[in-house]
Amino acid sequence: MEKFLSGDEAFAEGIRLACPDVISAYPITPQTIVVEKLSEMVEDGSLDAEFIHVESEHSALSCAMGASAAGVRAFTATSSQGLLYMAECLYYASGGRFPIVMMNANRSTALPWNIYGDQRDSLSQLDSGWIQAYAENAQESLDLALMSYYIAEHKTVSTPFMVNLDGFILTHTYEKVDVPTPEQAKRFLPPYETENKLDLDNPKNMAFSAGPDTNYIFKYKEHAAMFRAVPVIEEAETKFAEIFGRQYSGLIDAYKTEDAEYILITLGSIAGLCREIADTLREAGVKAGVLRIRYMRPFPAKEIAETVRYAKAVAVLEKDISFGNEGTVFTNVNSALHSAGITVPAYNFIGGLGGRDISHQDMISIFEKIQSGTANHVSFIGIEEGENL
Amino acid sequence: MTEILWLGRGGQGAFTAAKILGAAYAANPESHALAFPSFGPERRGAPVRAFTKLDSKPILDRSQTEKADFIMILDETLYSAHLQNLLKPGGKILINTRNAELKQLIPFDGDSLAKELKLPVVNTVMLGALAGISGIVSVENLHQAIADYMPVKIQEKNKSAVQKAAEEAAAL
Repeated sequence: MEKFLSGDEAFAEGIRLACPDVISAYPITPQTIVVEKLSEMVEDGSLDAEFIHVESEHSALSCAMGASAAGVRAFTATSSQGLLYMAECLYYASGGRFPIVMMNANRSTALPWNIYGDQRDSLSQLDSGWIQAYAENAQESLDLALMSYYIAEHKTVSTPFMVNLDGFILTHTYEKVDVPTPEQAKRFLPPYETENKLDLDNPKNMAFSAGPDTNYIFKYKEHAAMFRAVPVIEEAETKFAEIFGRQYSGLIDAYKTEDAEYILITLGSIAGLCREIADTLREAGVKAGVLRIRYMRPFPAKEIAETVRYAKAVAVLEKDISFGNEGTVFTNVNSALHSAGITVPAYNFIGGLGGRDISHQDMISIFEKIQSGTANHVSFIGIEEGENL
Repeated sequence: MTEILWLGRGGQGAFTAAKILGAAYAANPESHALAFPSFGPERRGAPVRAFTKLDSKPILDRSQTEKADFIMILDETLYSAHLQNLLKPGGKILINTRNAELKQLIPFDGDSLAKELKLPVVNTVMLGALAGISGIVSVENLHQAIADYMPVKIQEKNKSAVQKAAEEAAAL
């Protein structure tokens, strides 16, 4: 059934269809609507879950972890400082191999304090052992809510999953969304079954210590499980397409890249505008293409390298900066290109920090700069190198 | 693409109008819409903006509207001459006012109609006026969107508001 929903509302609909047993969350702008909607659904009986109002994000994830350790499906959601406040628990959840799903509304981090969207919050947690996906629109948000559980809970993966929605631009923008039926969702997502749970009939030690002699084995296994998610993502998308009729494209989403000479790599909701600009440029004879990264972890190193192998130049546009270096997405992309022996010139563009709008003209000038080879290694959109601000 | 910029004050329901318009337009299987508020903390009485984008294909550009086909002003004190620069060629400004001095705009006395219908705010009145003047969306689709996305208690009043305003505006 088609509905006119915001990204937050669409995600909440997806979670209702996934039927989590426990939801524990603490509200924070621009995630709040998800938590409000889910609490309304529990209240009106359309979602049979335990909704636990906790006193902080640290508790929200701890609580979800407790639920997962009891063998049930758990959900939480956060944003920005909330994600940073629960950072300690992110590692517990991944190390404990608890397949919790969390929605993160991408928002700027303080100071200066700001509630608007950028991706510095989630990108700062790439090493926390969570699968990370980035949605482009409200439909993909809803669909990822369902697929995330399929992938996270798969026996070969058993890894927590963070779905990222750009704050406001996606969380608060209304658009047409197809909301599947509970019957369809049930056919897609099997009930959660695990041996990684507290069980009186089969007692075992969980969430334990491991000294230097065995600790690295657990870390190796976490690393391997993350890569095992790759075929499971494909499996989930195939099954999803069979049931819901929407086919996704795995770790990346490539647009007109086959013959592209200039490729813009980005992630999240800005990708739509990028594709529109690529079309405009193609009408003017510029062979432009767009590569949207859908998953930052597991990182699509091979897919990115193969897609840009024959390009003349590449731009990485991201809402992030690692101070004193460059954007983190750019670092990851460059490493992928280097490992594959690809020497395409690559340039980094930092934009959208603190919710700043990225305009048509900004995007066109990115392509112009990489075409002419006049781009800096790292540029902040709208600021000239060395400008006295 | 048709782009509508809504200007109102916090509490006037500018975003609700933007959203109802989007939902009504997108009800057609071939039509697509985006509706979003000017992002940020909401304060009652403070100037707010909202945006509706309408098109026959999926809308990829989520950036704020730079040039609008229609600017809808719910509170006349928010009008300033520079708004003319935010219009596309042939674009129109529809303003809730009794002041006929604002001739270069399309004045519509939304306040009086809202008062007559005992509505505390003018948002759906102006939405109906937009439908009447532009024909971009039908009253039937607006009624359906109100039924789908507004609280039951206030649906009937708002349906009347849309209907009457559309009729009055069409006669302008």
